[in-house]
Amino acid sequence: MTQTVERAARKAPTGPAILEVRNGGKSFGAVHVLRGVAFEARAGDVTALVGDNGAGKSTLIKCIAGIYPFDSGELFLEGERVHITDPAHANSLGIEVVYQDLALCDNMDVVHNLFLGRELRKHGFLDEAAMERQTGEVLAALSVRSVKSIRQHVSSLSGGQRQTVAIARAVLWNSKVVILDEPTAALGVAQTEQVLNLVRRLADKGLAVVLISHNMNEVFEVADSIAVLYLGQMAGQIRAADSNRGEVVELITTGTRGNGGSILNGRADVGSATVSDGGSKA
Amino acid sequence: MSNVSTTPPLTDPHASGEQPPMRGGLKDGFRPVSENFHAYVSRMRGGDMGALPAVMGLLVLSVVFTVARPSAFSSALNLANLFQQGAVVVTIAMGLVFVLLLGEIDLSAGFASGVCGSVLAVLLTDAGAPWFVAVAAAIATGLLIGLLIGLLVARIGIPSFVVTLGAFLAFQGVVLLVIGSRGNISITSPVIIAIQNKNVPPLLGWILAITAVATYAIGTMANWAARRRHGLATKPLVVALLKPIAVTVVTLALVFVLNLERSFNVRIASLRGVPIVVPIICLIALVLGFVLRRTAFGRHIYAVGGNAEAARRAGINVARIRIACFVICSGLAAIAGIFAASRATSVDPNAGGQNILLYAVGAAVIGGTSLFGGKGRIVDALIGGAVVAVIDNGMGLLGYSAGVKYLVTGAVLIVAAGVDALSRRRSVASGGA
Repeated sequence: MTQTVERAARKAPTGPAILEVRNGGKSFGAVHVLRGVAFEARAGDVTALVGDNGAGKSTLIKCIAGIYPFDSGELFLEGERVHITDPAHANSLGIEVVYQDLALCDNMDVVHNLFLGRELRKHGFLDEAAMERQTGEVLAALSVRSVKSIRQHVSSLSGGQRQTVAIARAVLWNSKVVILDEPTAALGVAQTEQVLNLVRRLADKGLAVVLISHNMNEVFEVADSIAVLYLGQMAGQIRAADSNRGEVVELITTGTRGNGGSILNGRADVGSATVSDGGSKA
Repeated sequence: MSNVSTTPPLTDPHASGEQPPMRGGLKDGFRPVSENFHAYVSRMRGGDMGALPAVMGLLVLSVVFTVARPSAFSSALNLANLFQQGAVVVTIAMGLVFVLLLGEIDLSAGFASGVCGSVLAVLLTDAGAPWFVAVAAAIATGLLIGLLIGLLVARIGIPSFVVTLGAFLAFQGVVLLVIGSRGNISITSPVIIAIQNKNVPPLLGWILAITAVATYAIGTMANWAARRRHGLATKPLVVALLKPIAVTVVTLALVFVLNLERSFNVRIASLRGVPIVVPIICLIALVLGFVLRRTAFGRHIYAVGGNAEAARRAGINVARIRIACFVICSGLAAIAGIFAASRATSVDPNAGGQNILLYAVGAAVIGGTSLFGGKGRIVDALIGGAVVAVIDNGMGLLGYSAGVKYLVTGAVLIVAAGVDALSRRRSVASGGA
């Protein structure tokens, strides 16, 4: 509720760039979805990634997460150049993605969902006690008190609680970068607030958080840095405190800042946007 | 709350708000009896009834048949008979649980057991192979069948319904080709025949039963104590003791009855003890149950059945899990085929046919395994199999024709599937998806 005020207090970048993309490019056939994209996420920052539909947000995220590789450009993790081959590799490097459609198993409880695919074992068998203990600890560390019992099935949780579980899963593994794909898209007002608070706390614990969002209120509420993609190019990455809503909206819609973008130019760009949009979905 | 600090404290008041504190986590791990009961009731309201309907059904059926035919149904002879009749169906049903957990189906499991039984018979009689070679070959055949079905479903992507429907017909053909021209092949290996026709010596039966229930009870209580020690949520001691006590009482009662003399004429032959097939099935059930509950592989089966995409993103090899489940299912069908051959002391061209598969699917579903995937346990196959066997046996004793028996069993299967579908709708309505 009062977060908007406190965001303005954050001016300087809080930590070193953990994740950095330089000159990232990606094409699908003849369609250039990403062209020369530069992007960075700092420890302790919430970096919002915004842009209109088809601007390339999802593609950028998927390239970072290892779902498919960049065609060109470089990816740096804590200053070292890395070449991510697949999602498991990205996970092992400390990059976790929380997808929009959640990817939780409804028929399993919170503990099993948190450890899905990475179960703790003792003598080759599941170590339920250790997993349950760690689940309690990670939820407590995230100050999550909304989940009543960690042994209840995920199907009985509300949307916000499910999102919380998905986020907790991402931070369970000492991850460095957590990428959230529209975590509040399907949530009500109170639950959105809950999740945004959680997002803020992640960054305050020193993680680099990347938040994809369409909601400007939300972006200015939690983000320290805002990266705007426009037709596959980085229109600009700016500090939230130095900017305002009008500027960001203009960057999203015209790709330019302030006075420059004439209406005619904007129209022309929108036309080409439709073309690349259709192509990128193919 | 004018929270204008740059870094909100970790114990952010926003997050807590209206909800009660997290339970089942760290400190207040001990839950009172009443709360456990309420949790159980709300779980049932939410559509997760577990094995309760099947257990109740089994009790009601047993009472009805005992009242209707007191001397026949509840006799020791008939009890042993029930186990021997149910063995094949229960074994196939345990395998089907794995496939049903994925949300798939294996319609060919019945005739797969027939094919494996034929392999066993041919090796024993024509090739004169020792029993263990024949058994190994029969099981290997089952595993191979499962691998084939699994590859077609998981790698090629043909719906399991179609693959196994095709296999259903094809395997029927295989059995006919192998056995058909000769009418049937009789089994003479004393070891194979003993499985379904001989009993464990009464003393050994007691030793096995007591060892099993003691291990189970001690294991359960040790687990409970360990959770207590680690400060995790535990049931109250009374509730935790309920299940081991019930299991112990039922097991020992069954062993007692089966150890009674059930021969019509003791001077010709004494007939006492637990049928050999029973401890074999118990062992299989224990191992499979352990795999499902206590291994990562078992967890992954539930995950694939619940949300295959989530499982894939979590790094689980979904295709491999699917193939493994079909292999397990057909492997158990092979064991069932051996049991069937043992019981009939022969393999005929109709081996694995008739109602076996539908009874097995019925057993799993009646026991509480969902046809929609993601929900089911090995014990479902045992309890559901008992219900099916009791209906079949009891109605036979009451003198109903095969037609009526099929009708009733079919109706029970549809009712169980209906309960499954409704409870699923219920759980969707009570929260989540």
